[in-house]
Amino acid sequence: MNSQREYERLLNRRHFFGRTATGIGTAALASLVNERLFAADVDESPKPHGVLPAFHFAPKAKHVIYLFMSGGPSHIDLFDYKPQLKAHHGEELPASVRMGQRVTGMTAGQSTFPCVAPMFQFSQHGQCGAWVSELLPNIANVADEIAIVRSLHTEAINHDPATTFIQTGSQQPGRPSLGAWLSYGLGSENQNLPAFLVMISQGSGNKTDQPIFSRLWGSGFIPTQHQGVRLHSGRDPVLYLSDPPGIDRAGRRRMLDGVGELNRLAQESFGDPEINTRIAQYEMAFRMQASVPELTDLAQESRETLDLYGVDEKGTDGGFARNCLLARRMVERGVRFVQLMHRGWDQHGNLPSQIRGQCRDVDRASAALVADLKARGLLDETLVIWGGEFGRTVYSQGQLTNDNYGRDHHGRCFTMWLAGGGVKPGLTHGETDDYCYNIVRDGVHIHDLNATVLRLLGIDHTRLSFRFQGRDFRLTDVEGTVVEKLLA
Amino acid sequence: MMSTHQTTSPHLPLIPISPFPRGCKLRVLAIVFSVALLLPASVSRGAEPAAAKNAIDYNRDVRHILSNNCFKCHGPDAGERKAGLRLDLRDEALKPTESGVPAIVPGKAAESELVRRVFSDDPEVRMPPADSNKRLSDAEKDLLRQWIDDGAEWQQLWSFAPPRRPVPPEISTLKHADWPRTMIDRFVLARLEAEGLRPSPDADRPTLIRRLSLDLTGLPPAPADVDAFVHDKSADAYEQLVDRLMSSPHYGERLALEWLDAARFADTHGYHIDSGRDMTRWREWVIDAFNRNLPFDQFTIEQLAGDLLPVPTLEQRIASGFNRNHMINFEGGAIPEEYHTAYIVDRVNTTGTVWLGLTIGCTQCHDHKFDPLTQKEFYQLFAFFHNVPENGLDGSKGNAAPLLAAPSREQQRKLEQLAAEISTIERELTAPNAEFDRAQAEWENASRKGAPPLWATLAPAELGSAGGATLAKLDDGSVLASGANPATETYTIVAESSLKRVTAVRLEVLPDDSFTAKGPGRSINGNFVLTEVRLASGAVGDVMLKAASADFSQQVYPIANAIDGEPRTGWAIHPEVGKPHAAVFELAEPLEGDGPQRLTIVLDCQSQFGQHQPGRFRLSVTNSPDPRGASALPARIVELVAVADTERSEPQRAELRAYYREHVSSALRPRFEALAQLREERAQIEKRVPTAMVMQEMTAPRETFLLVRGQYDKHGEKVEAGVPASLPPLPAGAPANRLGLAQWLVDPAQPLTARVIANRYWQMVFGTGLVKTSEDFGSQGELPSHPELLDWLAVEFRESGWNVKQLLRMMVTSSTYRQIAAVTPELLAQDPENRLLARSSRLRLPAEFIRDQALAVGGLLDDRIGGPSVSPYQPAGLWEELMSREDGANWTAQSYVQSHGADLYRRTMYTFWKRTSPPPTLSTFDAPDRETCTVRRARTNTPLQALVLLNDPTYVEAARKLAERLLNDGDSTDERIVFAFRLVLARRPSDRELAVLRRVYDKQLAVYRADGDAARALLSVGEAPRDETLNLAELAAWATVSSMLLNLDEAVTRG
Repeated sequence: MNSQREYERLLNRRHFFGRTATGIGTAALASLVNERLFAADVDESPKPHGVLPAFHFAPKAKHVIYLFMSGGPSHIDLFDYKPQLKAHHGEELPASVRMGQRVTGMTAGQSTFPCVAPMFQFSQHGQCGAWVSELLPNIANVADEIAIVRSLHTEAINHDPATTFIQTGSQQPGRPSLGAWLSYGLGSENQNLPAFLVMISQGSGNKTDQPIFSRLWGSGFIPTQHQGVRLHSGRDPVLYLSDPPGIDRAGRRRMLDGVGELNRLAQESFGDPEINTRIAQYEMAFRMQASVPELTDLAQESRETLDLYGVDEKGTDGGFARNCLLARRMVERGVRFVQLMHRGWDQHGNLPSQIRGQCRDVDRASAALVADLKARGLLDETLVIWGGEFGRTVYSQGQLTNDNYGRDHHGRCFTMWLAGGGVKPGLTHGETDDYCYNIVRDGVHIHDLNATVLRLLGIDHTRLSFRFQGRDFRLTDVEGTVVEKLLA
Repeated sequence: MMSTHQTTSPHLPLIPISPFPRGCKLRVLAIVFSVALLLPASVSRGAEPAAAKNAIDYNRDVRHILSNNCFKCHGPDAGERKAGLRLDLRDEALKPTESGVPAIVPGKAAESELVRRVFSDDPEVRMPPADSNKRLSDAEKDLLRQWIDDGAEWQQLWSFAPPRRPVPPEISTLKHADWPRTMIDRFVLARLEAEGLRPSPDADRPTLIRRLSLDLTGLPPAPADVDAFVHDKSADAYEQLVDRLMSSPHYGERLALEWLDAARFADTHGYHIDSGRDMTRWREWVIDAFNRNLPFDQFTIEQLAGDLLPVPTLEQRIASGFNRNHMINFEGGAIPEEYHTAYIVDRVNTTGTVWLGLTIGCTQCHDHKFDPLTQKEFYQLFAFFHNVPENGLDGSKGNAAPLLAAPSREQQRKLEQLAAEISTIERELTAPNAEFDRAQAEWENASRKGAPPLWATLAPAELGSAGGATLAKLDDGSVLASGANPATETYTIVAESSLKRVTAVRLEVLPDDSFTAKGPGRSINGNFVLTEVRLASGAVGDVMLKAASADFSQQVYPIANAIDGEPRTGWAIHPEVGKPHAAVFELAEPLEGDGPQRLTIVLDCQSQFGQHQPGRFRLSVTNSPDPRGASALPARIVELVAVADTERSEPQRAELRAYYREHVSSALRPRFEALAQLREERAQIEKRVPTAMVMQEMTAPRETFLLVRGQYDKHGEKVEAGVPASLPPLPAGAPANRLGLAQWLVDPAQPLTARVIANRYWQMVFGTGLVKTSEDFGSQGELPSHPELLDWLAVEFRESGWNVKQLLRMMVTSSTYRQIAAVTPELLAQDPENRLLARSSRLRLPAEFIRDQALAVGGLLDDRIGGPSVSPYQPAGLWEELMSREDGANWTAQSYVQSHGADLYRRTMYTFWKRTSPPPTLSTFDAPDRETCTVRRARTNTPLQALVLLNDPTYVEAARKLAERLLNDGDSTDERIVFAFRLVLARRPSDRELAVLRRVYDKQLAVYRADGDAARALLSVGEAPRDETLNLAELAAWATVSSMLLNLDEAVTRG
C-alpha cells in the first residue's frame, strides 16, 4: 500500500470528492461547489420560526400537504404504463427479472409467479403527455401540474417498517417524522394553530389489516411539542378542544384571566421564566378554541368548492375529500405540514374491484386540491405529495383468472407524484423495466425524496440535525441526494 | 440497464434494518421556543469550575472537541478510519499516519500536522472537512494547540475508570460552613463557592412536604399531614417524614414509574397488529421490589437472569420478564428471523442504556464512532440474549412464549389453601380404617361368585324398535338386533320385574359376532352413543333417575350424558369396543310395590353419528340399598375380588381398597363429592391464573454470528458471549450466560453501573442528572457537573449494599434538596439550568402525577397497589380510528372499552398502555410511547396541555368532586379557598390570591344562579355521583374555582 499516495489523495480535496462522488459524496460535492453554504447563510429569505437560524436555500415551498396512500397503491395499474406487459400476461416472471428478490411471507409459499398486465386502459394526458390509468381521470386532467416519479424505491416489504421508513427515514420506530422535523426546524407560520396536523380516512378498498400508528407523526427523540396533532372529525377536532358543558366563552375567559393573574403572582415570587411560557400557552389554547373550529367549518366554503372536491356528507369516500379541502384551508392559514393518511390500498386479492373503488374515493379530491391551490395562488408555495409506502408485484398473488388477480408488496420500484412548491410540473421522472419490477433509470430512494422535500422548503437535509445519544441524527440518516431534475 | 444510483448506492435494496438503529430513546428536556437545543456541546459545559480552567484537562477540555469533530473518521471505528490516523488513543495518535507525517508531536504544536490542518484557511486542507458540517471555534483551535504544546496528555474516558471514593471538601475550607447537612452538601457548596455563589435558604415546611411527597410517592400531601409536619417540634421531624414517606406502599409505585419507562413496559405488543399482552405480574414484582428495598444488585440479577438462579422462585422467574417487555411483531407476511433479531437487538440496547449508560446500539452495524466498543462486541452481548425459546412472529392475541403461569398473591393463597384441604381429605380417604375395611370385606363376600345374585334379569314382554330393526330374545335374557339398521334408533322394552322393590336398573351392552366390529354397537366401528335412558312404571308413570355409573366411558361421552335430558349428548365407549360394558341407573326414589312391577324402559340413540345404537343388550334390576356397589365391576376388580385377601399383593390390596372406597362405599360418598368440588374449584382458579412472559434458556444454545451491517440475514464470523474488552472481564467464576452478565453489571470492578444508577436517581430527585445525558456516559455524553460527588455517591451506593432507599434518603435529606426554588435574574443568567444547585429546581410534574394529584384532591383516587391495567376516560374512537378494520376481531386490544367504578380512578401508572396509540393525555404531558427504552423524559410546555387540564372529563370531574369537599368542609368563601389551596398546593393563599379567586367565584355564582341548566351540565361531567344535597349554583361555581386551581402552574409543578 502506498500510504504516501493515499495521503496526497486526502490532501487533494478535489480528488477526494472526485473519488467518492459516485457514492455517498454527491451531496457533499454539490455543497462544496456552493461555498456560500458554509459561509453566510442565504438571508434574502424571511427567517424561519423554528430552530434554524436561517434558511439554507431560498425556500420554494412554505407548506407541505402529504396525501399518504397507506397500503401501497399498484403503480402497475395506475401510472407505470407498460404496453409490453400484455405479451407476458400469465407467463412466469423470469428469474432474470426477479433476481432472487426476497418476497413476503404471504407469497413465499407460492409455486408460480405469473405476470399480470393491468386490466385497465392507459392514455396520455395534457401537453406533457403523461400516461395515466383510466382509473384516475381527474388526476389525469391535472397532468400538466404534477410531476410523476416512477422510480421510487425502498428496502422494506411490509407495512409497519415501510410506512415507518417513508415517514421517519428509518424502518425502526423512534425517529422523528418528516412533519416533526419541519415543525422543529421551521416552526409554524400561524401562532394560533399547530405547525403539524394529521387527518385519517379509510377508503373502500381493503378494509382489513391496515392499522397505522401514532409514531408515523411522532416526534421520536426530538421534543414532543413537534409531534403531529391529529385532527378528528367529531365534536372536538383537536382532543379536548371544547369547553365542558356549562362553561361558556365568557366563563372560560374569566377563569383564564384568574389563572393568568395567579400565575403572574407566582412568577413574581419564583422568577421562573417557565411560568411566563405557561401563561402564553394558555392564551394560545384559548385562541385555538376559536381558530380550530373556524378552520374546520366547511360551511364557509361555497357549494362550488364542495362539489369540486366532491365532499360527500355521507362520507362514502371515507372522509378523504373533506380532509383534502381541510388541508387547503390549513395551508391558507399557515400550517406548515398537513399529513393525510388514507387507507385501503393493500390489495392482495380482488385487486380489480378494490382499486376501482379506492380510486373513485381519492381521484376527484386529489385533483381538486391541486386545481384549487393553483386557482388561489397557493400551489407555488405548497408542495403536494401523493403516494404510498411501496408498490405492488407484477406477479399475481393468489390465482390469476380472467377477471381477477391480486398483487403483493413490492419495494424495488413504485410511483408517487408531486405538485407545486417548486416541483417541475408536467414531468415524468424515472423508468422501470418492462415488468415494472426493477428501476432502469433515475432511481429515487426514500432518502432522496426526503432530501428533495427538505430542499424545496429551503433546508439542506444534511444540516437539519438533532443530537441524540451522542450522535447528530438527520431525517435522511447518512444518505439522501436531492433529485435536481425534479426542481423547477 | 440498472441506474448508477441503484448499483452503487450504499442503501442496498435488501437492507431490512437501517444502518443506524435507534438505541434506547430519551426525551430531551426542552422548552417551547427554546433555542438551546442546537447549541454546541461546549456551551452547555458552563457548569465546570471556573477555577480549574487554566490547566488543560483532557477529559474535561479536549476529549469532546476531538470526539465531536474528529472521531467519526479518526476514532475507534476501523471501517471508517481515514489516512490511518486514530485520535482516541495516545499511542495510536502519536504514530506516523499512512503518509508518514505525525499528526501530533507532543510539546510541539508547530510541528503537528493536526494543528496545521485545523488552522488552515485552505478548504482543501482544513480539518474538519467542509462536508462534515463541522467547524472549530477559535477558542477550540487555541485549546488544541495549547494542549499539544503542554505535552498532549490523554486520559481514559472518565466513566470507564473505576470510581474511587473522593475525600469530601473539608468543612473548615468552606465559607458557609453551617449550611451542609450531608456529604452531598459539602461537594455542592465547595463548587458554589468556587463559582462565587451561595446556596439558598431552606424552603418552608409546606413546600418541603409537598416536594417530598411528590418526589417519593408521586402523590400530594393531605392537609392533615401538612399540619402535622408544620407543627412537629422534634429535631428530626424532617427525617421522620422522609422515613414515613419511604415506607408508604406508594413509594414502590413512584419508583416503579421510572423503571417502567426504562423497561419499555406496555400492555400491547406494538408493531403492526399491536394486540394485547399481560405483564401485570411483572409490574407488581417491580413495585414490590422497591417497597421491600430489594438491593439494586439483586434487583438487577433477578430481572436479567431470575430464571437462571440455582432454585428460582416464582417471583424471580416473573422478574426475568424485564427482557420480554420489548415489542413483538405479528404482521402477516413479515419474516420471522428479521424480527427475532430485532428483539435481541432491543435487549442489548436496553441493557446498554439502563445499566451501562452506553450507546451500544451504535455498534449493531459498525464499530462505535466515539467509544471503545466494537461491532463484534455488540454480537458478543447479543449472544447472551439469543438462547430464548421464542418465536420471531408471535403475540397475535395474548402473551408470547415462553410463558409462565403466574398466579397472583391472592390466587396463590387460595391455591395453597385448596391444596391443603385436598390433601387432608386425600389422606383421610387413604388412611387405614378398620371400619371401612370391615364393610369392604362384607362387600367382597357378597360380590364373589356363589353369592346370591344382586341383579334380577328382566325378561322382556314387549320389544319395540322405532327404526324397524328385528329384535330377538336370546337364552341369556339379552336382546339381539338384526335386520334394518337405521341412522337413529329408539328401543322400547316392557318387562315385569320379579322384585317388589327396585332401586336401580342395569343395562349391559354385549358384543356379538353378527356385528361389523363385533359391537356392542351396530356402527361400523362397534361404538354406540346412548343419548337418553328413560324409565316408567305401570304404577307411578315416569320414574326419575338420579345417578348413572358405568364401567367405562369414552372421553367427552360420560355416562351422565344418558340421563341429562339433553338429546344431543350421550354415553359412548370407544375405543373399548368388542367388549361387554355395563351401566347402572339409580332411581331417585325406590319403586315399592306389593308384587312384581311392570316397567317400561326406553333407550334413545339420537346422536349425529349414524347407526350408533347397541346391537345386543340385557336389562336387570336390583333392590340393593347400595346400588352403586351392585354395579357391574370392571373386569380387573372382579379378578381382584376373586382372590383371597391373604393371597393379594400389597399393590393389589391398595387398588381394591381405593376402588371400594371411591366407587362402592356409600359412607364415603360425601367425602369424595367434597373432594371433587375442591378439585373443581382449584381447576377454575387455575384457569384464571395469568401468565407472565419470562426468559428461559434453551438447552441447546443457538449459534451467534456477527451480522454484517446489522442485517439479520448476513452472517459474519461466529462469536461467543462476552463483554466489551474496554471494560473489566466477567467476574471470576461467573458463567458465560445471562446470569454471569447480570453479575458482571453489578460487579464492583465494573465502573459504570453504580454511577449510571446513582445519576438516574439524582435526576429523579433534582430534575437533571449530575451527568445530564443520563443515557450516555460515553465520549459524546456530557461530563458530570460534579464529578467527585458522582463518584462519591456511586461508591457509597455500591458499598451500602446497593441500598436504593438509603441513596435517596441521602439526597432528600441534604440541604441542597431543601433549598427554596425562587431564582433571581442574576442567578438565572449565570446558571439557567440550575446545574450548580444554588437553588431548588421547579420541575413540571410527570404526566402520571398530574392526573393522580387531581384524583387525590378530588377524593376520587383508588389507591390499591398492583393489579391489571385499567381504561379510564378517553375520547371515543382513538384506537378504532387507527386500528379500524374488518378483521379486528381476530386480535385483542383493538377497541377501547372504558372501565367503570373504582377502576376509573386507579393511579395513572395502571392505565392501559397501547403502544401504537398511547393514552393521549399522557403523551401530551411527555409520557413516552414505550416502544423502546426511555430513561429521560422531556418536560415541554404546550397549549395542548392547557386544553387537557381545562377540558378533559377527568379534570372537570375531579374539580367537581374537589368542589364538593370545599362545600362540605368550609363555612365561608375564604375558608373554602384556603382549604382548596391547602389541598392542591399544600399552602395557604396570599391575600391577593384570595381576592382573585373570590372575585371569580362571586361572578360564576351569579352566572350559575341565573342559569341552572349550565350548572347542571357542568356538574354532570364524569361518572362519579354528585352530592345532591349541595346547592347547584354554588357547587358549579366552586367547580370552576377548583378547575382554576388544578390549572395553576404551581399545581403542575413540584416547587
